[in-house]
Amino acid sequence: MQTKRTIFPNKLLPYALLAPQLIITIIFFLWPAGQAVKSSFEREDPFGFRTTFIWFQNYTRLFDDPEYLNAAARSAVFAVGVTALSMGAALLLAVCVNRLLRSGKFYTTLLVWPYAVAPVVAGILWWFMFNPTIGIVPYLLEAFGYRWNHRVNGNDAMILVIIAASWKQISYNFLFFVAGLQSVPKSLVEAAAMDGAGPFKRFWTIVFPLLSPTTFFLMIVNINYAMFDTFGIIDGTTSGGPAGSTNTLVYKVYADGFLGLNIGSSSAQSVILMLIVIILTVVQFRWVERRVQY
Amino acid sequence: MLSNGDKLGTRRSQRDNKGVSMFKNAMFLSAGLTAMMAATPAFAQTEITWWHAMSAELGEKLEEVAQGFNDSQTEYKVTPVFKGSYPETLTAAIAAFRANEQPAIVQVYEVGTGTMMAAKGAVYPVHQLMADKGEPWETEGFLQPVVGYYSDTEGNILSMPFNSSTPIMYYNKDVFEKAGLDPEVAPKTWAEMEEFSKKIVDSGAAQCGFTTAWITWIHTENMSALHDQPFGTLENGFGGMGAEFTFNNDVNVKHWDNLKKWSDEGLFQYGGPVGGADAQPKFVSQECAMFMNSSAGRAGVIRNATDFEVGFAPLPYYDDVIDEPKNSIIGGATLWVLNGKSDEVYDGAAKFFTYLSQPEVQADWHQFTGYLPITTAAYELGQEQGYYAENPGSDIAIEQIMRGEPTPNSKGVRFGNLTQARDVVDSEFEAMLAGQKTAQEALDSAVERGNQILRDFEASNS
Repeated sequence: MQTKRTIFPNKLLPYALLAPQLIITIIFFLWPAGQAVKSSFEREDPFGFRTTFIWFQNYTRLFDDPEYLNAAARSAVFAVGVTALSMGAALLLAVCVNRLLRSGKFYTTLLVWPYAVAPVVAGILWWFMFNPTIGIVPYLLEAFGYRWNHRVNGNDAMILVIIAASWKQISYNFLFFVAGLQSVPKSLVEAAAMDGAGPFKRFWTIVFPLLSPTTFFLMIVNINYAMFDTFGIIDGTTSGGPAGSTNTLVYKVYADGFLGLNIGSSSAQSVILMLIVIILTVVQFRWVERRVQY
Repeated sequence: MLSNGDKLGTRRSQRDNKGVSMFKNAMFLSAGLTAMMAATPAFAQTEITWWHAMSAELGEKLEEVAQGFNDSQTEYKVTPVFKGSYPETLTAAIAAFRANEQPAIVQVYEVGTGTMMAAKGAVYPVHQLMADKGEPWETEGFLQPVVGYYSDTEGNILSMPFNSSTPIMYYNKDVFEKAGLDPEVAPKTWAEMEEFSKKIVDSGAAQCGFTTAWITWIHTENMSALHDQPFGTLENGFGGMGAEFTFNNDVNVKHWDNLKKWSDEGLFQYGGPVGGADAQPKFVSQECAMFMNSSAGRAGVIRNATDFEVGFAPLPYYDDVIDEPKNSIIGGATLWVLNGKSDEVYDGAAKFFTYLSQPEVQADWHQFTGYLPITTAAYELGQEQGYYAENPGSDIAIEQIMRGEPTPNSKGVRFGNLTQARDVVDSEFEAMLAGQKTAQEALDSAVERGNQILRDFEASNS
């Protein structure tokens, strides 16, 4: 197939046009990433007076460290939990709102509000509600005979951070699901209804498959959110505790680097995180996307 | 000119919407001009930046201290800047130092002392600063535990003692009375702690006997010091960077075992890692009858404990381990002067430290906050003023830290990367509370992981 091509004689113009984007990428991404890779091979005192090149020692130490492997496992539980809960709840809300004729706009506006709350504030909010001493939720749970204590019980703590992190993300997912639902052709749904398909059958055989591009996109966004953007929530609620049970990979980078002042290990961890992002994205686009029907 | 710009902007914005951007421009311009004018005052005043970690009541008082110095002379201006928690302040100062944007003075908590002492190129030792600037500097004037803790191996004080504290016990006198206990008698030993707590919980006077801040500092480090047990080798780390932790000693194991038992029985409630954010709310909401925290918690406890009377007492001890408990150890923070500033700034810093050492300033700070008086003169001034007689319990901390002859085990603990090691201790304590480990297993594992951290510190600093 032949296409018409316009030839620009100027050799510099394309580079000049690309320059702003390239400069931003180099300064804000490649340079810091390069610095992280460099210091991941080094051992350094906090003030930067003595630096020793130690090859892969920071990395080998990490993979021998049960705490690090624990953090990886915790991150996986957390990411799956947040993605499932926030997408599930958002889809349910979106389907409900989609059935409303007049008040839909009103509910949509209300449901978007949590997205505007800063992560740390969201964390503190949930910290208050679940606080074993002054919180309302442990008080109510006690009536059912459950003694909530996320300061001691690791599962309680994990549930708390999953709820807090999901709550914030529901608004975002909800907006996309509402938009996705509105683009499902009404004629298909009506035809199925006339053929005698009930609401559940209609949803699972027609609406849900047609939503799959939205679902796929949201899944990538949510996993990335849970893995990398939830630092503030964890810091505000559990600080990674108790006994490391909510210590995700991102939080550990912060705790080791900023609180522990161990820059080498912290850099090695962020390099590993970078690799995880790359792998996750490739896997999602190569294997998951194939099953998506556009 | 400034007011013209403002008026112009205001009028325009009232007239139409397009004016809004003009208004913003005008505001921006006037803000810029104000900033420029502030930067070039009529006479040259040297600014000394002071990064600190004091929040709430303590932060307000600290700003008052700086203001007091600024009002006392015209040449220098100390500007306090709140940088968050202690670890955040230390990290911020280190990052700033690496970017050559460091403050002249930074407040570093006692846990960071090992890190700061190892960073020789970054620090302007305070004894040297005072000598260079010809300011008075007599270490004899300081309280012995303060000098002991903050001196290097040659006996020089490297940082300016400012807010030193030691843990004490707070208790709720009203709850004691409800439980049929004498409100004037606090438990002295851990056996009494258990007995009193049982009475309090059984009588329904409160839901729990006691809670605590700082598992690491109070129930591990001070626990060892009080019972004259080594926390680590080489005189608890004072002897050099090759030291190792040994805090899995019998007393700590016994105590952690008890804490787990009491936690299961509902006599003790855990207040969270590090400083125990939930501990004080548990005490002031009258859920727990007793509470162990830094003596510097005094101002906060008094302000928040509005519905009941607070009693103060020394930390309990195990009378089957030691007859006379040793002195408790120091916490709190000191002021470090960082390298790389101009000579005038150091002149001002030295003058500021002289101001801080005055008995009146010290006594005021100590009496308001509950931190220890740093100098003997400030303590004596408080006695003359009748402060301790009027405020029963306010001298508990100082008596506890001054009692007896300090041994190598009760002089304090000094290790590099202690922040990280403390995180490990907290984490292992939580694992024990959750029933995943016994006290012995948790402490053994904390020592093993802690020693790895010490070896990292040694490797990166040699």
